[in-house]
Amino acid sequence: MATPAPDATVGTAPLVRLEGVRKVYPMGDVEVQALRGVDLEIHEGEFVAIMGSSGSGKSTLMHILGCLDRPTAGRFYLRGRDVSGLDADELAQIRNETLGFVFQSFNLLPRTSALENVELPLLYAGVGGRERRARSSEALLRVGLGSRMHHHPNQLSGGQQQRVAIARALVGRPRVILADEPTGNLDSGSSVEIMALFQALGATGITLVLVTHEPDIAQFAGRVIVMRDGRVKEDRRQTPRPAVPEAHPAGETAP
Amino acid sequence: MNPLETIRMAVRALLRNKLRSFLTTLGIIIGVFAVIAMVAIGEGAKVQVEQTFASMGSNIVIVMPGTSTQGGAMGGMGSMPTLTWDDLKALRNEASALKAVAVQMRTAAQVQSDDQNWTTSIIGSSPEIFEIRSWPVEDGAPFTTSDVDVGAKVAVVGRTVVDKLFGATADAVGHTIRIKGVPFQIVGVLAKKGQSAMGQDQDDQIFVPQTTWQSKIQGGLQKFIQGAIFASAVSAEATPRAEAQIKDILRDRHHIDVGMDDDFSVRNLSDMANAVESSTRVFTGLLASIAAISLLVGGIGIMNIMLVSVTERTREIGLRMAVGARRRHILAQFLVEALTLAIAGGIVGMVGGYYAAQALSQAFGWPMLFRIETVFLAVGFSAAVGIVFGIFPARKAAQLDPISALRYE
Repeated sequence: MATPAPDATVGTAPLVRLEGVRKVYPMGDVEVQALRGVDLEIHEGEFVAIMGSSGSGKSTLMHILGCLDRPTAGRFYLRGRDVSGLDADELAQIRNETLGFVFQSFNLLPRTSALENVELPLLYAGVGGRERRARSSEALLRVGLGSRMHHHPNQLSGGQQQRVAIARALVGRPRVILADEPTGNLDSGSSVEIMALFQALGATGITLVLVTHEPDIAQFAGRVIVMRDGRVKEDRRQTPRPAVPEAHPAGETAP
Repeated sequence: MNPLETIRMAVRALLRNKLRSFLTTLGIIIGVFAVIAMVAIGEGAKVQVEQTFASMGSNIVIVMPGTSTQGGAMGGMGSMPTLTWDDLKALRNEASALKAVAVQMRTAAQVQSDDQNWTTSIIGSSPEIFEIRSWPVEDGAPFTTSDVDVGAKVAVVGRTVVDKLFGATADAVGHTIRIKGVPFQIVGVLAKKGQSAMGQDQDDQIFVPQTTWQSKIQGGLQKFIQGAIFASAVSAEATPRAEAQIKDILRDRHHIDVGMDDDFSVRNLSDMANAVESSTRVFTGLLASIAAISLLVGGIGIMNIMLVSVTERTREIGLRMAVGARRRHILAQFLVEALTLAIAGGIVGMVGGYYAAQALSQAFGWPMLFRIETVFLAVGFSAAVGIVFGIFPARKAAQLDPISALRYE
């Protein structure tokens, strides 16, 4: 076991470091090699887009980065701490404290207000009711949904639902937000809005990792990692294209 | 996450599907409803039986004369008088465990007031009978030992007799009634006693001194008692001892050798009460098994719906895990949902059962008794059902893999 790096070195050490990470799934008699040795560093404040065709291993990589799965071999250091050998409850704690998730299908609880959806991570963090509500309202304000806190998901547009999900990812004050095809279910207008929101969040220092197969979306990121056959095929930095939403049909603006 | 939050979350989840939650818990509601209603009425009936026996007199021991045997055909118990007036005296003097002893001789006869007539039981006895049967004289006074000695034509009558002869509100004391044409003066009216354990109206009786009964009402045997001996033991605990003493004295006096059958029988009311109570217990046992079956069926209903719910909410479970729920959080969430359904069902069933029992008892005049223990029993059983049948679906939910749960379609 590597000794966890003290917090003082966090600024210089990478936030995420993968060393020879492999993931093998048994599928009956055959073993599927989803990741065949990935070395990767992501630093604090980066906006990374992971691209690749289906079966390239990008989703598996995302699951490992999100502490939803453990590598079969290799090491995964998150904030200098080796998390590749932790058990399910320890990983749940890391997800709760350090990570935020945004999914393609939003995954909001139905018939539950936006505010209560956003409160969910804080509920498991043991935050008291009053503070929970205050922080959740703050997060909803941050994604521009201040006036829709008590709306249920079925009263919100797709873009608004995804913004609720982003507020939910933000509310636990994570170091990294992992977004899995966050614009996959949205029209292009809403997609640009969401990307603008991500860029705004990135500007405040939050690290973003985005899985997408759309090059249009990847161009809003500052770094693009292309996966193929379980390996990193390409890793390039670029000048992100600023996302400029055309108009706001809801009449609300993201900060 | 504190327990209160978990409960709040469970209630909210259940309220999201109100109709389904209600239907799920219906099994428990009906089970508990039936049990509470039946137990309340059953307990009421049991207490009524107990009170009836208590009203028949405390620590009563009844000695019945024996059977007659003619040409090998046995007559029924009491068919031949075997008890003598000397036996009565001997019991009074020798049985230390007896507090009071009296005869009770019964016959049916017509009685008349000035303008009414009625046929009822005429009982010949002595004043002790009112003590033995713990039956106070409400108006007037019981006849006395000297009335017995001189064979006075006085009578103590029951309420029903007063009703029939004089009307419900009449003051009968001092009036004269004719029994078999013989005038008797009413000296006392007995307090209302209601039905006996066998369903007879105990207030439909007239008591007269035993000597008068023999000379004016039912002449005949002189040496033998044409009826039974009623006695009361000094205490409830002394009842078995009193019975043994009666048997010893009578066997000795009747010269019955060891190994021969008694020519009399001794019964006590607590034996009879026990017989009634044991049948009540069988009844209660049957009710309990019906309750167990209905709770089992209710529990299976809950488990079924919880399993459906876990499958339906697989993505929700995946999401909760992704945002930091540990396995025990998920386990607790689903277990508390099952528990909430079961306990809510138990409470609704209990309240419903209580009012149903009340309505039934009002409609049919059945007594009911609702014990506070029943509340804890009903809620406790429902909770146990919730845990037993909720644990499996909850474990299933908690053991889901977050990735496949999130991807579940």
